[in-house]
Amino acid sequence: MEKKIRVLIAKPGLDGHDRGAKVICRALRDAGMEVIYTGLRRTPEEIVNAAIQEDVDVIGLSILSGAHNILFPRIIDLLKEKGAADIPVIAGGIIPDKDIPFLKQIGIKEIFLPGSSTTDIVHWIKENISI
Amino acid sequence: MADKNKDKCKDKKDKATPFTHANPTDLALINQEYQKWKKLYEDALAQAPEKDKDLTTTSGRKVKELYTPSDVQKIDYLRDIGFPGEYPYTRGIHPTMYHGRYWTMRQFSGFGTAEDTNQRYKYLLANGQTGLSVAFHLPTLMGIDSDHPFAEGEIGKCGVAIDTLADMEILFDGIPLDKVSTSMTINPPAAVLWAMYIAVAEKQGVPKSIISGTIQNDILKEYIAQKTFIFPPRPSMKLIVDTFEYGAQEVPRWNTISISGYHIREAGATAAQELAFTLRDGIEYVEWALERGLKIDDFAPRLSFFFNAHNDFFEEIAKFRAARRIWAKVMKDRFGAKSPRSWWLRFHTQTSGVSLMAQQPYNNVIRVTIQALAAVMGGTQSLHTNSLDETYALPSEQAVTIALRTQQIIAHESGVINTIDPLGGSYYVEALTEAMEKEAWEYIRRIDDMGGMVKAIELGFPQREIMDSAYAYQQAIDKKEKIIVGVNAYQMEHEPIPILQIDETVTQKQLARLRQVKKMRNSGEVKRRLSDLKKAAEDDQNLMPYILACVKEYATLGEIIDTLKEVFGEYREPANF
Repeated sequence: MEKKIRVLIAKPGLDGHDRGAKVICRALRDAGMEVIYTGLRRTPEEIVNAAIQEDVDVIGLSILSGAHNILFPRIIDLLKEKGAADIPVIAGGIIPDKDIPFLKQIGIKEIFLPGSSTTDIVHWIKENISI
Repeated sequence: MADKNKDKCKDKKDKATPFTHANPTDLALINQEYQKWKKLYEDALAQAPEKDKDLTTTSGRKVKELYTPSDVQKIDYLRDIGFPGEYPYTRGIHPTMYHGRYWTMRQFSGFGTAEDTNQRYKYLLANGQTGLSVAFHLPTLMGIDSDHPFAEGEIGKCGVAIDTLADMEILFDGIPLDKVSTSMTINPPAAVLWAMYIAVAEKQGVPKSIISGTIQNDILKEYIAQKTFIFPPRPSMKLIVDTFEYGAQEVPRWNTISISGYHIREAGATAAQELAFTLRDGIEYVEWALERGLKIDDFAPRLSFFFNAHNDFFEEIAKFRAARRIWAKVMKDRFGAKSPRSWWLRFHTQTSGVSLMAQQPYNNVIRVTIQALAAVMGGTQSLHTNSLDETYALPSEQAVTIALRTQQIIAHESGVINTIDPLGGSYYVEALTEAMEKEAWEYIRRIDDMGGMVKAIELGFPQREIMDSAYAYQQAIDKKEKIIVGVNAYQMEHEPIPILQIDETVTQKQLARLRQVKKMRNSGEVKRRLSDLKKAAEDDQNLMPYILACVKEYATLGEIIDTLKEVFGEYREPANF
């Protein structure tokens, strides 16, 4: 049986907007990936623990509240701390252009802004994630 | 007034007033001619280079290429359409509509600290806004204080930071609460923020018997769509009925709920789902209030609604008209309300946030204009127009000014308000209104059969319907079956636009104030009031007076909500997709 790409889609912080995250979950599943959705309002600790426990190949963070500059570095640091720095992290939501260089510098591999198609996201994961 | 309406209803039943004025012979002839025309249309279309694949609304509803009297032959003018201010209110809830009073121009607004937002409110009021609308930051929406670990990075970012009465006093400083009405978008903690508002008004010398406004306070749609829930459904419903009861007795000019479809639509619902789930939520609230022993005509006039104004112009107008008609029937027939005020569906509208695009953001001004026009032509009582920059940030002053001017130009320059319900009588709009009503009734029946809305939510029904619609919509966009200008067609690079920044000094200021409030207040009194609140919750008392007592002592929102969490518990939704 062909091994499927395992993806964790996570909602860090207080933000409750989950339409985008859920649509992506379905699109990735329909594209043949195994998708685990953390549900709303997870802490960085919960997200990292889930990623490790579920042995995922990539983490997708969805955030629209503006708290990404605080929460994303924390997630990256925790992954390093727990020896899981090899799990790539991508993100999407409402993230101002001016914050993107900083986020990429701390280790977010790609950021999908409003208007991104699910096709592009599926394509990126298939091209960039090795299992 | 009630008797006059009753007689009219009786008269309407006796005399048929078919809307088309065409007898069956005429209708047969019209239909015959229509079929001939349709062949002409299809032949021409087959040759046309830009033929559309299918005619569907934004919601995916198939519509016809043309509507004729045949399409409205079952509609009776007096029974189904009627007059403005008369049952079933299809054409509007007031006889004069905008001739007596424009819709309230009420821009949803809030960011940073209470001082920042107070300034923005004064700016908007000075520029022609006629009502206030408060956007709270995420920690407040979730019932937690700015000094809670989960608030880190979130302070003042999505709305104004309010932790205690002290913040509320600053928020409304210099704003006379006897002269302006205020809507507050707040759900599980609604009772607390309402209590704070009441306390601020009292300090201004304005009694709660005359303050005017709305609390959103609609928990059902939180589980369905907006997701700012705290407690489980049943205690949440109890708290809401507490506000109905308290409002009816103590705060008679206040709308104690804004039964919302806006968020349901934003989460991905179709127009018909937005309509149906909102009204069925309304039915649920009425049932729970009646179960408490409240009299329908005592609280129903203070129920209000909140709808989305999305892209599809005619579908939205039909939706608003159908909403009024359905609710009037629900209140009169299902619940036996006697006062016409109980039959009126009064609503606020917001143009659709999710329809705005980050690409070429100035295009959003056009989107908002079309949507606002639909809301006005659909008879809204109150309107918020989104700002062009809201896919990036909270509205800048320049962007919110354009949004406000959009409403003013519609009101004063477009001419659409010169006649009431101008699209009444359109074959398309009446047929669409009827179709939407029919679809909504089907959903209402289905949810009734499930055992009501709380049960339907527990079963995951509305959530799944919405998720399916959202996914279908995204697929249509990704496949270019639905064109979004600037996103999957007409793409181009654009200059970055200036956006509102919330800087980290907001966090420092807010935390400093919170520390100060905690130092200055009487901690003993706070503890006592919180303890009284807990006991009242355990004893199933109406909690409003106890919450009011807590806020007056400067108990924090978090302290009050934590106290209630101890009694009510917390809700966690299953992580389905």
